[in-house]
Amino acid sequence: MGKLTNEQELTSIVMSEIDNVATLLKNIDSGEKLQYAINGQKEELTAKQAIPFGHKIAIKPIQPFEDVVKYGQVIGAASIEITPGEHVHIHNIEGIRGRGDKAKGGQN
Amino acid sequence: MKMIKGYRRPNGKMGIRNHLLIIPTVVCANHVSNRIQQSAPASVAIPHQHGCSQIGDDKERTHKLLAGMGKNPNVGAVLLVSLGCEVIDASELKKEIEGTGKPVEWIDIQDAGGSIKAIQKGSELAKRLYKEIENIPRTDIPLSELILGVKCGGSDATSGLCSNPSLGRTSDMIIKQGGTIVMGETTEIIGAEHIVAESAVNEEVANKVYAYVDKFEKEVERIGADMRGGNPSPGNIEGGLSTIEEKSLGCISKAGTSPLIDVLPFAEGIPGRGYYFMDSPGNDIECVSGMAAAGVHMVCFTTGRGTPTGNPIIPVIKITGNEITASNMADNIDVDTSPVMKGKETIDDAGNRIFEIVIEIAQGELAKAEVLGHQEFSISRISISL
Repeated sequence: MGKLTNEQELTSIVMSEIDNVATLLKNIDSGEKLQYAINGQKEELTAKQAIPFGHKIAIKPIQPFEDVVKYGQVIGAASIEITPGEHVHIHNIEGIRGRGDKAKGGQN
Repeated sequence: MKMIKGYRRPNGKMGIRNHLLIIPTVVCANHVSNRIQQSAPASVAIPHQHGCSQIGDDKERTHKLLAGMGKNPNVGAVLLVSLGCEVIDASELKKEIEGTGKPVEWIDIQDAGGSIKAIQKGSELAKRLYKEIENIPRTDIPLSELILGVKCGGSDATSGLCSNPSLGRTSDMIIKQGGTIVMGETTEIIGAEHIVAESAVNEEVANKVYAYVDKFEKEVERIGADMRGGNPSPGNIEGGLSTIEEKSLGCISKAGTSPLIDVLPFAEGIPGRGYYFMDSPGNDIECVSGMAAAGVHMVCFTTGRGTPTGNPIIPVIKITGNEITASNMADNIDVDTSPVMKGKETIDDAGNRIFEIVIEIAQGELAKAEVLGHQEFSISRISISL
């Protein structure tokens, strides 16, 4: 897990270098620029919507059904195409696990 | 060896509280139990909704939970209150709790001749039991005897970023002292079970992790619903958590980095020292109740949204990483780790702070949930009511 540091006034945090989302450390307005660090490099991104504190923003393009990765681990799959700067949440990603609604008949 | 001041019980176990516990064996005995509790202010009662119309696993679970609460070394003495015709066998319960060497009394409402007489007789017994335990002194006991439950509830994104990793450092410190950590919530390792299994001491233990998760997920399949909405809950989702996998990955860091010694059934007594996983629901009250029945002394409970959860016999320490919750619900929060989010404190420092508070509360300082009188208790249900 990435070291938590805010020394460079980062406004979001990426937990692993293979993540495709960042977590916001403050509320962000649409069009606002935010900073995150990945592989020790400071990066900048423009939010395409207003996104609340603690929520996720895409830092890479994510195709439909592609894994969404946070903590270097799969947290779900995109249900539609997601572009960098977009809010990533229940409207565009789904859990893969605990999906009784998708269970096929005949399973025990 | 680091020492703390605790209560040495007749069976050699260490307790950090000295409660007189009043246990109704059945829902029908709740009111009488509560009235007895009110007349014996130093006591606690655990009203619940079960004890009758139960068979098989449900009957066993209710018995196990009630017996476990009575046996927990934070309890100095026990008063059982039965109705007389229920499924739970009060004499069996009494025998099992007496095995710890602590004083146990039993009153039966039908035998006593109704509620009024049962309340009167029960109140006298409660006073007598309290006299037996009120002067038990705290003595020096190695910290290695402490069993700490780790739990999260009302999680948000800060839980995975800050409060759970900080608590993980505390867990490592407790284990380094020779102590014990118990993590529960089978629901909330779904999607992260491979990481928990990797920490297992051997393949047999790793397979138990997968087996419990599989059993749980099969049940969700049987119900035919998406877990999302139930877990992650509406509050988790508002706090930025999108899926159970994301929540789970944020959850598991609270147990630290020690090897997983074994995986235990729900509310099972902890057989040794080190890091254990206990099969349990994610539901806050059910999980903490199961930990208390397993003999856990206290729970460190992280929360992002803010939750007041307490327990009748074990302190529940609230830790948040959300600075808004820390100020908005200051009544309930014992430790604020949000300085980590701002880079003003390291996770190690926050873990040290939690450790110090664990020691203080183990020795008698009250957790906020205790000050406020939060005493939630519930017994999870497996099957139908008859």
